[in-house]
Amino acid sequence: MPIISLRQVSKRYPGGFEALRLVSFTVEPGEMLFLTGHSGAGKTTLLKLIAAIERANGGAVLVNGQNLSALRPAAIPYLRRNLGLVFQGQKLLFDRSVFDNVMLPLVVTGQPYREAARRARAALDKVGLLQREKANPVTLSGGEQQRLCVARAVVNRPAILLADEPTASLDAAYADEIMEMFSAFNQVGVTVLVATHDRQLIGKYRKRVLTLDHGKLQ
Amino acid sequence: MRAWLQHHGLSLAQTLARLARSPFATTLNVLAIGVALALPFGVYCVLGNFESLSRNASVDPQLSVFLARDAAKAEIAAVEAQLRGARGVSSVRFVSRDAALVELNRVAGMKEVITSLPQNPLPDAFVVTLSGSDPALADRLELEFKSLPKVAHVQADSAWVRRLDALLRLGRTAVSLLSALLGLALVAVTFNTIRLQILTQRDEIELCRLIGATHAYIRRPFFYLGSLLGLFGGIAALAIVLSGLTVLNRALADLAYLYGSNIRLRFPTSNEMISALAAAVALGWLGAYLSVSRHLLEADRD
Repeated sequence: MPIISLRQVSKRYPGGFEALRLVSFTVEPGEMLFLTGHSGAGKTTLLKLIAAIERANGGAVLVNGQNLSALRPAAIPYLRRNLGLVFQGQKLLFDRSVFDNVMLPLVVTGQPYREAARRARAALDKVGLLQREKANPVTLSGGEQQRLCVARAVVNRPAILLADEPTASLDAAYADEIMEMFSAFNQVGVTVLVATHDRQLIGKYRKRVLTLDHGKLQ
Repeated sequence: MRAWLQHHGLSLAQTLARLARSPFATTLNVLAIGVALALPFGVYCVLGNFESLSRNASVDPQLSVFLARDAAKAEIAAVEAQLRGARGVSSVRFVSRDAALVELNRVAGMKEVITSLPQNPLPDAFVVTLSGSDPALADRLELEFKSLPKVAHVQADSAWVRRLDALLRLGRTAVSLLSALLGLALVAVTFNTIRLQILTQRDEIELCRLIGATHAYIRRPFFYLGSLLGLFGGIAALAIVLSGLTVLNRALADLAYLYGSNIRLRFPTSNEMISALAAAVALGWLGAYLSVSRHLLEADRD
């Protein structure tokens, strides 16, 4: 059974802008794929629909077998706990340490502190930031901040990792580093969906590519 | 379960730390709530004093029946018989004009006035105690006695008790209105304080929602914030009222000494104080609830 499935999905914003038109595709568990297209093609909207941040106007979005348009608002937090999200705007909290930023998803989901701290350190270790756990994220370089976002996204051991332009503000070396991490998570069974307009980066991996053009899947 | 308790403890600790981080704003907020609560609570306490005063006063109404100055002995006896025979009268006491003058002589400063008068200006009088405290009975008897021959004037001595009672009822209504109004003010103050706090933590709230926080999780720290503001405000209100009563009692002690009596304002009981604190906490909680719910509703709509 596919872990993500979109059937004839459309999304229209108030004001009439049609971000997605009759989009259909499925993603198998453990798959890694890219979502590409020009700026404004609907990549971010598509990720938001899968994470139930936005609701589709037509069609059905199924994640883990759950139909998101039929989901009660109270059930949405529990859906999101199965997702790891790397946001376009990073959304790091600069009023607390690197360690506390990674702890947040575990605190929110009510993990006991000792176990949560162990997992947070493991995640920081995986992205090479364990030495900086006490630092404030504002003192990190751009590449390190993005790695921190990845650590925060995977600390809950999600089944699905969604990343929106994770390499946009990074130079090529840092971008490769991030992509290697995603690839490593995929190898241990995480389903990874990366939205990016960087064709060069996509070319380095032999993965399925979905291309959006003005809201339509090519 | 343990994690849930941990989060409650953490929320409480973080909220306290947050309040301590901006002591000036916190103090002002607490003061605003304290003053808003001190007004109705203080008036309630002072009213309680008058209430016990009116309870202690004899509520059995009395009528003073003053006779005409030219009433003869026989006429006085006839009036007395009429008074004793009336229904609803429990006792009748005769106060002769001479006895009344002796009584008046004892009042400081009156001696000089009285000796300067050519003759005793006081009339004979009866003090009639009624058996029931029904105001209608007192009114009926007052009218009846007025029409008796040689009765010059009838005065209802219980009128002041009834007036006090009516005043107290007015006071109690005023306290209720004041409480409702200032309770509303307290909800508004916490609503706004928490709205500000939500706005400064907007990014954190949004992020928490994206990584799977429930509404209950997001509300929790703000509930603590609202309840704590209410609690501290309530403590401030109690401090204001208690010190106000202490100051008033000191001033009252001088006055009471001059009158040779021992009047003191009663302090609120511990039950009353606990109720006031509980009300403050509940109102703070309500302000927080409205504020966070409104924010979550707005966020859901986006």
